Amino acid sequence: MSTDAPTKPASSYVDIQRSAEFTRLRRALRGFVFPMTVAFFVWYALYVILSAYARDFMSTKVVGHINIALIFGLLQFVSTFLIAWLYERYSSRRLDPAAAELRSKIGDRS
Amino acid sequence: MILAAASAATTRNITITLFVIFVIITLGITVWASRQTRNATDFYAGGRSFSGFQNGMAIGGDYMSAASFLGIAGIIALNGYDGFLYSIGFLVAWLVALLLVAELLRNSGRYTMADVLAFRMRQAPVRTAAAVSTVTVSIFYLLAQMVGAGALVALLLGIKSDTTFLGMDANTAKVATIIMIGALMIIYVTVGGMKGTTYVQIVKAFMLMIGAILMTVLVLSAYKFNLSSLLGDAAAKSGKGDAFLNPGLVYGREVADATQTFYNKIDLLSLGIALVLGTAGLPHILIRFYTVPTARAARRSVLWAIGIIGGFYLMTLALGFGAAALVGGEAIRAQNTGGNTAAPQLAQALGERYFGGDIGGATFLAVIAAVAFATILAVVAGLTLASSSSMSHDFYANVIKKGETTERQEVVVARTSALVIGAVSIVLGILAKNLNVAFLVALAFAVAASGNLPAIIYSLFWKRFTTSGAVWAIYGGLISCVVLVFFSPVVSGASNSMFPNQDWQWFPLSNPGIISIPLGFLCGWIGTILSREPADEDKYAELEVRALTGAGAH
Repeated sequence: MSTDAPTKPASSYVDIQRSAEFTRLRRALRGFVFPMTVAFFVWYALYVILSAYARDFMSTKVVGHINIALIFGLLQFVSTFLIAWLYERYSSRRLDPAAAELRSKIGDRS
Repeated sequence: MILAAASAATTRNITITLFVIFVIITLGITVWASRQTRNATDFYAGGRSFSGFQNGMAIGGDYMSAASFLGIAGIIALNGYDGFLYSIGFLVAWLVALLLVAELLRNSGRYTMADVLAFRMRQAPVRTAAAVSTVTVSIFYLLAQMVGAGALVALLLGIKSDTTFLGMDANTAKVATIIMIGALMIIYVTVGGMKGTTYVQIVKAFMLMIGAILMTVLVLSAYKFNLSSLLGDAAAKSGKGDAFLNPGLVYGREVADATQTFYNKIDLLSLGIALVLGTAGLPHILIRFYTVPTARAARRSVLWAIGIIGGFYLMTLALGFGAAALVGGEAIRAQNTGGNTAAPQLAQALGERYFGGDIGGATFLAVIAAVAFATILAVVAGLTLASSSSMSHDFYANVIKKGETTERQEVVVARTSALVIGAVSIVLGILAKNLNVAFLVALAFAVAASGNLPAIIYSLFWKRFTTSGAVWAIYGGLISCVVLVFFSPVVSGASNSMFPNQDWQWFPLSNPGIISIPLGFLCGWIGTILSREPADEDKYAELEVRALTGAGAH
């Protein structure tokens, strides 16, 4: 019981993997998540690097006692919420329907 | 003085009463959940019947540990802005889980992290490595929570060095608390399985959010909802002036010695990397994605979790700076040099201010203290479940029995493992009761990021990845991380080391991530290209098709 559920001959998975629909789905997924991962990681790294090496800049006061460091930190929250929302929108429009279609095709064949 | 003693007794009674109510309710849920637990899927994955929102709450309950609630508030209260770095790293980390891991893991795995790592590999070596790494990460994390609970109890129950409670002095009370927390977590996990544990975490997340929201609103209303004047007052009362609001008081400190300054700054970058890459490698978080029916629900649960966790970490600003302004650094340090009691002390100050004097203060302190205990309990239950699942499903069923076992046997072994792991962590918790809590959690994150994340990413996205690549990635990241910490100033060679009088330190950083995480990725790559057996392309096709489409998902 411990390994895997009833599986079809692996060759059918290779066929699907090589099909045009699946290639499109993979490209749609990777085309979103890879650049987005690089983007948020660079953005976060910039924040950490500035915290370490640009203390004077980060300590600049903007309004009252609120400085750039705090605003930069709060922007990390904003960007995280934003990326999460964009991904949900993208995947429910683009990825979910494509995945469902492929899933039903696989179901038909077995 | 008499009044103070009276209110300490009030606090103690209310804390105990509230905590007992929490325990009774959660035990009730656990017994109810055990009646619904009939097979292995129920035990390991809560029957995959939770909704995205429920699982999002449970993820929040699993993730927001004592280190988050007490630790971050404490660091901000004592050292100002630098504590906020933890809040940011712990939140941004969820994007790794959301974009790269959650749905693919949900679709292709079954009960444990290793289901995905071993999918297209030889089972025994990969599952053994994954089980070793799962148990290592979980034990470090478990110890942090248990030590935190022990350290707090004396303070929260008002036991001073010269007084006793039920005949226990502070040290005995610490040990008793660790044993009690351990015993409760064993009961939750062995009796309630994933279902019971999930409900405990949902209840806890709810309590923690209510408590934090209430405190935040009260802090802000004390400053007429003007964040700037709260910050100004916090900086003034901290005795550190404007530096309190700027980065650099604890992490990446600039000192006279240029080399040391250089290392301090690299250490800050290293901490930042481990925080952001650790979350998606934490086994107790990963197995939560199996408790929902579909990949879409797994994604929704991460979205809910990001909302809940993000909201909570924003409030750590109000809690930390509020404690600095309304309690003051001196009063916090007098209670606990690490600042771990800042949040409960803030509750006491707020209660005195808004709910009528000493009794109000004692009551609110008690409520927040009970929330802190509930927090710890929910997290340790999640950790125990993750490590016992891995012991049973990965090591017992797939390595020792080579897949020839029944569901019933597997669940029996999982329950037994929970008992053993619980007992081991009670003993280790008692031995480690004076260690630094934040260090143990940071180490757990570093090990998860170095040992688990590279293997997970390669497994899901790299066609050529092989069995030896996976084994190299896990052991390479895990061992380098633990070895570097062992030779770091955290363990020896500095005045605040675990062994301040010994010196075998040669690694200059306290956080190993900046070396050990790239090393984990490098080992996985080297292990793969040196591998004599080629990657199994048919199995990769199956993994990729299942992961992306959800076909054949459990």
